Amino acid sequence: MLTTKQKPLEQIMGYLDKEKNIFLLGCKGCAEGCHTGGEKEVLEMKQKLEGAGKTVTGTSLIDFMCNEGLVRATLKAHENKIIDSDSLLALCCGVGVQATSAVVDRMVHPGCNTVTMGGRHAEWREGERCMECGDCVLEYTGGICPVARCSKYLMNGPCGGSVKGKCEVSQDIPCAWQLIIDRLTKLGRLDKMQTIVAPKDWSISLTAGAASKR
Amino acid sequence: MKSKSNLEKVFESGKWAVTGEIGPPASADPEVVRKKAKILKGYVDATNVTDGQTAVVRLSSWASCLIIKEMGIDPICQMTCRDRNRIALQMDILGIAALGLNNMLCLTGDHQVFGNHPKAKGVYDIDSIQLIQMVKTMRDEKKFQCGDAMQVEPRLFIGAAENPFADPLEYRTPRLAKKAAAGADFIQTQIIYNVEKFAKWMEAIRDAGLDKKIKILAGVAPIKSIGAARYMQTKVPGMDVPEKIIAQLKAVPKEQVAKEGIKQCIDIINQIKEIKGVAGIHLMAIEWEEVVPEVVEKAGLLPRPQFS
Repeated sequence: MLTTKQKPLEQIMGYLDKEKNIFLLGCKGCAEGCHTGGEKEVLEMKQKLEGAGKTVTGTSLIDFMCNEGLVRATLKAHENKIIDSDSLLALCCGVGVQATSAVVDRMVHPGCNTVTMGGRHAEWREGERCMECGDCVLEYTGGICPVARCSKYLMNGPCGGSVKGKCEVSQDIPCAWQLIIDRLTKLGRLDKMQTIVAPKDWSISLTAGAASKR
Repeated sequence: MKSKSNLEKVFESGKWAVTGEIGPPASADPEVVRKKAKILKGYVDATNVTDGQTAVVRLSSWASCLIIKEMGIDPICQMTCRDRNRIALQMDILGIAALGLNNMLCLTGDHQVFGNHPKAKGVYDIDSIQLIQMVKTMRDEKKFQCGDAMQVEPRLFIGAAENPFADPLEYRTPRLAKKAAAGADFIQTQIIYNVEKFAKWMEAIRDAGLDKKIKILAGVAPIKSIGAARYMQTKVPGMDVPEKIIAQLKAVPKEQVAKEGIKQCIDIINQIKEIKGVAGIHLMAIEWEEVVPEVVEKAGLLPRPQFS
């Protein structure tokens, strides 16, 4: 199980600042178990968003958002509502945000921080997608995680070793920052990269070991 | 003036700057550093000293910098995020300033898998842009990254690197803008063999007004052998060595390849001189320092300016 905590509402509202129509996603896997993204939390979030003047174009609860095929199939049924949405807000772990980003051409805002793994990556079968850093940055990176996917964990990438979409470390590793830039370009949101992302708070990540404040 | 850096003085004087580069030995022998520095003295305005380049353990940059500083050269201490977290970085920043070093080049660092300790844990607590911002905040606001205040600030002239040939190409200008916004005073580029591509990159830099905000030193290096050229072309990530460069080297007899490499380097410098917005060159003759005087002289860059 991946343990998540909802991000502070202020932070989420900051992400949605210039947006009006939001499609809301919850996960009936780990996030439901953590009370961060199950049915109850999705409804609560819907009310909070509407209370802040947003329009919730639709909601969907998916059994395990780390199951990319299932996310694709489920969201297909909501295609019309998603087309009318400025963005999606996902109440799930970082893997779920990335699975959703992989299947929709809209910004997918992370609504939770993934703080511990506590088990396997549920249904996700490809490489590592979430390092449980506890301070989710997917908001700035188009739903592609630089902590899990950049060899140097760059927050303001790419480095000078990115060539033809590959990482300098190996031809088998896609350059995460090339993927991020491609994605943000497609979404018309390269402005996300103008901000200098501040040094991360690693004290809440797994790398802090037993002393982690997660 | 932001620092006591000789390089900063050269920029202030409006003259074209020349920086060199020294790679310290994989041993505790200071004579290797002194020997290289002796060759460069008088031919460059400041000299980079690499910080565990290609992730191979070597004599530390700051210690080597101190050795060449005592010989009257203005060192540029390279500092990578690969091996140090923000605590170690800030301690070293204070340390190099306390030793009287004036310049620091902020780098993420070559990945540890390329070096002689590929099993090492990479640190990468912060990245190069965050490092630039951290040094600037220490220098200009007398504050540590955590916000705590300090009494005496490190007065360092801040450098950064950029690779005009890496991908995605369209993001290389915004990235330089980010480094300028973070507080870099000067930039040294990856080695240029594809002048045409570099000129296009400079055009975008000028269009964005960045050459007015940050001093850009164009990276150059003479090629010693066809093998070295092929190695750079195929094995060094983000290097652009056009076939035409290799063809020129192949066209001369084997014993004249090195001579031809020097000639090529001078030609490239002369072409770069014609490109608007370039503030000088960064000459990287790694393990071939003895050619630096000839290249600098024949490129018409002597004498180097002296300041009292």
